[in-house]
Order: sequence, then C-alpha cells, then structure tokens
Amino acid sequence: MLEPSILLASALNGLTTGAVYALIALGLTLIYGVLHIINFAHGAALMVALYGVYYLHQRLGLDPYVSLPIMVPAMFAAGYALQRLVIGRASHGKEENVLLVTLGIAIVLENLALFLFKSDTQTIDTPYTFSTMNILGATISVPKVVAFAGALVVAGLLLLLVGRTDLGRAIRAIAKERQGARLVGIDVDHVFAMSFGIGLACLGAAACFLLPAYYVNPQVGNGFVLIAFTIVVLGGMGSFLGALLGGLIIGLVESIGGLWLGESLGQIGIFLIFIAVLLFRPQGLFGARA
Amino acid sequence: MTQPKRSTRRRFLRHSTALAAGAGVLGFPAIVRAQSGPIKVGVLHPVTGFLAYSGNLSRLGARIAIDEINAAGGIKALGGAKIEAVLGDAQSKPEVGVAEVEKMNQGGVSAIVGAYASAICLATTQAAAKYNIPHVVDVGVADQIVERGLKNTFRFAPGYKVVSQEAINYFHIMNTLAGKPARTIMIIHEESLFGTGTANLLSRELPGLGYEVKEVIKHANPTRDFNNIVLRIKAVNPDIVIPANYYNEYALLLRTMKQQNVQPKAIFSVLGGAASSFKFVKEFPDVANGVIDVNHWYNPKDKRALALRKKVEGMKEFFTYEVFLNYQCVHLLADAIERAKSRDRDAIVNALASSTWSGHFMPYGPTQFVNGQNQGARPLVLQVLQNDIKVILPNTYAQTEPVFPWKA
Amino acid sequence: MRELAAIAVFALAVAAVPAFVTSGYALNVVIMTLYAALLGQAWNILGGFGGQFSFGHAVFFGTGAYAMAVLQVKFGWNAWAALPAALALGGAMGALIGALSFRYGLRGSYFALVTLAFAEVFRILANTFDFTGAGVGLMVPLAATAARMQFASPAGYLYLILGFVVAGFVVSWWLKHSRYGAWLQAVRDNEESAAALGVDVFGVKLRAIVISGVLMAAGGAFYVQYLHYIDPHIAYGLGASVEALLAPIVGGMGTVWGPLLGAALLHALGETTRNLMGDAPGINLAAYGVVLVLMVSFMPRGVMGLFQARGAARGSTHA
Repeated sequence: MLEPSILLASALNGLTTGAVYALIALGLTLIYGVLHIINFAHGAALMVALYGVYYLHQRLGLDPYVSLPIMVPAMFAAGYALQRLVIGRASHGKEENVLLVTLGIAIVLENLALFLFKSDTQTIDTPYTFSTMNILGATISVPKVVAFAGALVVAGLLLLLVGRTDLGRAIRAIAKERQGARLVGIDVDHVFAMSFGIGLACLGAAACFLLPAYYVNPQVGNGFVLIAFTIVVLGGMGSFLGALLGGLIIGLVESIGGLWLGESLGQIGIFLIFIAVLLFRPQGLFGARA
Repeated sequence: MTQPKRSTRRRFLRHSTALAAGAGVLGFPAIVRAQSGPIKVGVLHPVTGFLAYSGNLSRLGARIAIDEINAAGGIKALGGAKIEAVLGDAQSKPEVGVAEVEKMNQGGVSAIVGAYASAICLATTQAAAKYNIPHVVDVGVADQIVERGLKNTFRFAPGYKVVSQEAINYFHIMNTLAGKPARTIMIIHEESLFGTGTANLLSRELPGLGYEVKEVIKHANPTRDFNNIVLRIKAVNPDIVIPANYYNEYALLLRTMKQQNVQPKAIFSVLGGAASSFKFVKEFPDVANGVIDVNHWYNPKDKRALALRKKVEGMKEFFTYEVFLNYQCVHLLADAIERAKSRDRDAIVNALASSTWSGHFMPYGPTQFVNGQNQGARPLVLQVLQNDIKVILPNTYAQTEPVFPWKA
Repeated sequence: MRELAAIAVFALAVAAVPAFVTSGYALNVVIMTLYAALLGQAWNILGGFGGQFSFGHAVFFGTGAYAMAVLQVKFGWNAWAALPAALALGGAMGALIGALSFRYGLRGSYFALVTLAFAEVFRILANTFDFTGAGVGLMVPLAATAARMQFASPAGYLYLILGFVVAGFVVSWWLKHSRYGAWLQAVRDNEESAAALGVDVFGVKLRAIVISGVLMAAGGAFYVQYLHYIDPHIAYGLGASVEALLAPIVGGMGTVWGPLLGAALLHALGETTRNLMGDAPGINLAAYGVVLVLMVSFMPRGVMGLFQARGAARGSTHA
C-alpha cells in the first residue's frame, strides 16, 4: 500500500495542509503566550474571517488573495476591540472567566452567523480552484502551495515583529513578567489588545488562503480548534517557530497516519503525539522555557 | 474553608426558590388541549448546531405544506380547522429534541413531524410514544427507528437498508446492461450511523453478485482534506467509487478527485450528500456531471412535484430531499387527520396505521405502514446530466438512459 | 451539619415534586437541570475544589455511558449490575489520566488540554471498534421497567438522577469539612506550600480526579438509561466537557451549591431566550451567549460569589 510515490504525494500534501493549520495556530499561540488564555472563540473568529472573504468575493468580486490587505487589518481591529471592550472587561483577569467569556463569544458569533448568513455551506469558484502543479511527480493543488508560502511569510513577519519592534519587546516583557512590565510603565491592557488583534489578523490571512480550496458555514471553525490547540502545545505555547513547525508536523502526521491507519483512526496519531508531548516535554518541542 | 453564615444560607434558599419560580413563569407553558381552533402540529428539526443546514430546509418543506393546506381551506373534516405549526429546534442534540417533544406535548400538539437525523429521531419518537403523539419521521434513515415496536412512529421514506439494497440491485442491472464493465469497487463513507451502516450493508452484499470491494475508507466529519483518500483511490484504481457521506465532505471529495484527475467508470453514491443537490450541480457543474446517486427522489413526471420545485426555487432555496420529504410528511399527516375526523392523538395514530394515501408525488404508491414503515418507500437512481438531475432507473420513472461508463 | 440538613431538605423537596407536578415538560426540565448539576458537581470536585481545570470531562462521561451500554447490549448484563461497573470504570479512567498527568506535573492549561486530548483519543477509539458499535453507536432496547433501570414515568428518572446529585452534594460537603478536603483546597491555593506542609500533593489530586471521574460516569450512565442511545460524538465530544464546566463556573466554583445554582440559572436562561426570541434559528442561542458573557462580567465569582461577598471580606474566601 505504501508505495514511495504515494507516500511522497501524501507527505507533500500533508505539509501544505499543515501550513494552513500553522497559520491558524500562530494567532492562537500569540494570544496564549501573552495573555495566558485559551481562546475558545478562535474557531468562531476564523469562521467570521471566512465569511468576510466570501462576501468580498461575492459582492465586490474580490479575489481571496486580493482581500488580504482588507481582511488582515479588519480582523486586527475586531480582535483589538474584542479584547479591549469585552474579554478584558468581562473576565476580571480570572482564567475561568476568560474561558466562559470566549466560549460565550463563540456561541454568539456562530449563531449570529447562522441567523444572518443562514446555514448553507458556501464555496467560491476561482480560476485556480482546480489548478494543480507537479512537484517531484506529485500533483499538488495550487491554492495549497500558495497557502504554504503564505504561512511561511506570516510566521516570518511575526518573528520580526516580536523580535525587532518596540511592541515586540513589550509583548515579550509581558509574556515573561506581567506585574514587572506594568511597573516599568508598559500599557499592559493596550499590549494585550494588540496581541489579541494580531492573533485574529493571522486568522484573516488564514481565511484568504483557505477559502479557495475549502468552504464556509457557521460551524466551519469547530473543525480547526482542536487541531490548532494541538499545534500550539506541540510547538510550545507562545512560540511562533514552534507553531509553524508544529503545524507542518501535525499536517504530516495526519496525512501519513491517515494513509496508514485509515482517515478516521489516523487522526488518533495527532492526539497521541499531543499527549506524549504534554507529558514528557510540556514546554513543547520548540518552547524556550524549561 | 470559611463556614458560611446561617443568614447567608437562608438568603440563599430564598433566592433559589425565587429563581425556580421565575423559571416557572418564563419557561413552562400551560397545558392546552383545545378541542376547537387550529390543530397544532409540532415541526421539530435541528435548525441550529452542526445539522442546521438540513434542519432549516426540512422546516421550510413542512411550512410550505402547512401554508398550502391552510390556504386550501384547512382540514375539511374538522370544519376547515387550520393547522398551526409549533416550531421546535433540537439544536442537533437528542436530549434537546426530547425537551422539545415534552414542550410540544404540553402545548397540546396533535402530532409531530421531524426530526431529520437518526440519533435525534430515536430520542424524539420514544419521547412522543409516552403520550402516544403520532410522530411522522421525515428522513431518519436508521432502521432501528421503526424496529422498536413504537406504535406512534411512522416513517414515510425508506431506511438505509432498503436504499442500500435497491442501490445494489440497480447497480447490478446497470452494469449488466452495459456489458459488465465494472468489477472492482471502493467505498468512502462518513463515520456516523448512516455512512457506517450503509457501508456495512454494501460491503456484505456486493461480493455475492461478483463484485470485489477493494477497500472501505471511513472518514471523520468534518474531514478537512481529501487528498489522501483520493491518492488511495488513485492507487487502488477501482472501477467504481461509492461515496456515502454528507454534503460538505461529499463536495470536497469530488472536488479533490477532479483536481487529482481521478475518473473511475462511475461515481455511484448511496444517499450522497451533494450528488442529488441542485446546489452542488449549480455551483460545481463540471464536478457534478455524470455523478450517479441512489437517493430520496420524487416522481419526475408528477406535475405537483415540478410545481413545488418551482415554488421553492422562487423562494431562492434549493429543492432538496429535506424539503420535499417534509412537505410530503405534512400532507400525509393532514390526510390522516381528515380520515380520523379528529384532532385526537389516538385517532390520528390509527388513521396513519391504516393509511392508504396516494396523493403524493413520491414513487412509493399508496402508503401502507407495517410496524411504522411505509412498505412502498424506495429510492430512485439519479444521474447529473447537462447540469440537471435526471432519473435513470427504474424504467417506470426514468427520464433518460444512464450514461455508464462515464467518460469525462 | 446545617449544610447537611439543607441538602436533606433539598432532596426531600425535589423528591416531592412528582407528587405535585404532573407535567412531563416540567419534570423533564427538573431532570435535565439535575443532570446538568450532576455533571457540574463532578467537574467542580476536581476543578473547583482542586483547582485542576479539565476541558475533557467527556472522557469520564463517555466511559460511563459506554460501559452502561456495552455491558447491557453486548454482554446481556442487567442495568443495575452494569451501573457499579460503569462508575468503577469512570474512576479507573480518572486514575489513569490523573496518574499520567499529575506524575508529570501538568497544571493549568496543560492539564486542561491533556484531558481534552484524552477525550478525543477515546472518541476516535469508540468510533473504530466494533464492540462499541463504532460509528453506528449503541442502542439500549426499550423495556420500561424499574428492574432494567428504565421507568415508565418521569418520576423514576427523577429519583435516579436525584440520587446521583445527592451523592454529589454529600461528596462536596465532605470536601468542605474533611481533612482531605482541606488538603485538596490547600493544593489548589498553593501547591508548593501545601507540599512544604507535608501534603501528598500527587495523592490528593489523584483521589480528586478519581472521585470526579466516578460522578461524571454516573452522568453518562444516566444519559444512556434516559435516552437509550449513545454514539462517539455524544459520549466523548466537546459538548459534555463544556456542559460540565459551565454550571460550576457560573454558579460558583469550589462551593457546594454552585453547580446546582449554575445549572438552574443556565436552564432558565436557555428556556427564557428560547421563549422570548421567537423561532428564527440561531438568534436565541446568540442571546444566550450574550447573557453568559454579561453574567461573567457582573458575577466574576459566580452566583455564590454574590452571597459570599457580603458574608466575608473580599478576597478572603475562594469562589
């Protein structure tokens, strides 16, 4: 069954799928690393972004890739406002409350989408939806290759942002020592909101890369939440490089596992790796903290 | 670890009773069992949650039927009493379906139509059975629904055993007529009750007719990527691919097959989620063309079906099996109420049990219920041809010849 | 002792409900509220009293449910014999997950996520193996007789779930008043200082997750007896895990009455939004979500926090 040609095609395909996972996980890992919250609304936010791309295509005829410069700032603004006006205020800084608040937001978004956009699964047709290219003898879909490149670029930009800018320094300071950062005069609430905004901006980019080969409906985000959590843990919570590599690894494991064990049981590999990493290396494969 | 003060406790108890009372005011409708006024019918579907798409289409079909019946003068045997839809949302969870049945019972419904998904139907039919509320099952293809001896449960459409059996028969006929070009088969199915049950039946029966089931692949809902499955189809290179899954996965599977340039001699689906969907045909005509499906379908020569299709499309909705099955189930119920000449539940149950209704546009013949299952219910074989869905088998209903093997 | 008396009064009051209320709808609401309270109590033992947040309590729920269904359907056991086995398996699952994750020192989000992963692993396994019915699920044959733990009248189910909830109350009360409970809460408040005081942190947490697993399995067992059907998604999906943590957080974590109050409040809220917002799909659940966020923002320590804020100085008690 595992002929080399299939194995290679499956591996390449897994890597490109993993790149999309990585994009979604990048936002989640930033939010986790800085705010120490597990954002249950991440899937719902991805759904909102996908609808954004969908309607830009349907109403204004914008190509999903052209929508990038609209969706990324729009999602950033939404994320900034959401953290500043809702999550930050409602949660009083308590972990269990953040959980409920993000859960509540997820319920609201999902059902508002159902109310406003109806439950139909929507797809878009682009000239390149069905185009493929040949890589080492394997047929790979063009939108997935673009997504792969996009994920690399976004991860690189995030690394630059956190490593080289003032905002990045503030983010790192807060991630490390929240009280100390406040004492030296960093506007913690602002940085929190910036981080949340950037986290959702990543979803804006992910949505632009995802929609050409996928679909959107009010529940679409749920399918990505667990996988994104897995990647965040695997890569080390808060690590961008970890999220990128973690995404690629998970994509690979899912693909090869599916080939080997069947699509349904193959998913188990993801979670077994997840548990093993949590138990034996909870800082993640690439986490800095010991 | 602090001991709560006694006063706090009292206050707490007072508060909690107030809370319970508040819930009572807002939550519990009073018992209404009117003998005049409109006849209440529960329309129960999962209109939120992961089944929302099908649930909303189901609700649409039922409401159109109720509006038509009322516009045509209501239930004549009861002095033109109107039917009032009591809408319920099972939120895609069996236990919420049960809560809705209880509420509908309280609200005095005479019957219930629903509840689309098998797992929900199992729960709602037995909840309704406690009050002998007649429960017409609209889709719910799991055969266990009508195998538990519940006297109140009636399923108008076929279950997956009949559908799978018919699929096997028709496939064999079609293949034989074409000179037996197909011998090897691969089954791709979703992992829950309907897909697994269907796949089990197919892989048990097909070898008896001389076919080789090369591989059976089960996949999750949602499956985010079908490239692996398609790679395996490519490697196995079966003559026929049989998908049994829901709309999203079906559409993704076919899109990926198209992309990877995998073209078997036929894609022959059983209750295929997107195959008999005008939405899929409209949005992806190139992918859909040639696909064969064994599914719930109307008699294509019946003018009433075509009129309803026009009406639904005029509402900018797609004419899917959820819509027309629910439409028919409401009419089936209305016929039973007419013959029962009563809004009484027991009388309607008896009327349904003895129903010989032929006023529908399905290829079932007059209804005849044995243990709650409509004996004549069967699927039709459809093929997407020239951007439309055509009946190809059996010959009584066929609009055109099957195009098999398919050449893209 | 006063608290025990209050629990007894509550139990008697609920037990009397079927004598006055005949509406199947109202009884179903009471049953489902108690059921949500039971899941909440189970979660609250580990999450509220022990400070170990789980996102995967479905793993215990599903194990109880499947044990109940498999033993009856595949092995022909009587439901009453299957129940102790289901509870034991729930506890064993707790021991397994607890031993692994506490041995390796998982806390906070890490612990939360590992429980989630275990639930997913078991969902996939239940989906794969034939003895769980795989994707088809398992159906317990209808036989409305108390001898098979099925009841023709809702009162029977009400007493069954009430029995479980009272057990949950007694355990919670015991955690409030026993030495073990004090250790557990000391571990929650500060693991390092608890260890310095000689508390066996690992053992204390392990016992908590086992008790929590047993109670949650009771919830799963009840689900199967009440609805007669279980599949991998219902058993091990995210739904049961979320339902378990909602009620205690809304009601007040680490309190005896929090889970019940939270369950009652959430049910009332769900019913109210459903009745007020009309039939347009989604809008009622969206309203439910908005109120949930508002409740958290105005009652950061849960409903019980409102009562405690007056009784004690701010911050000196734990909600």
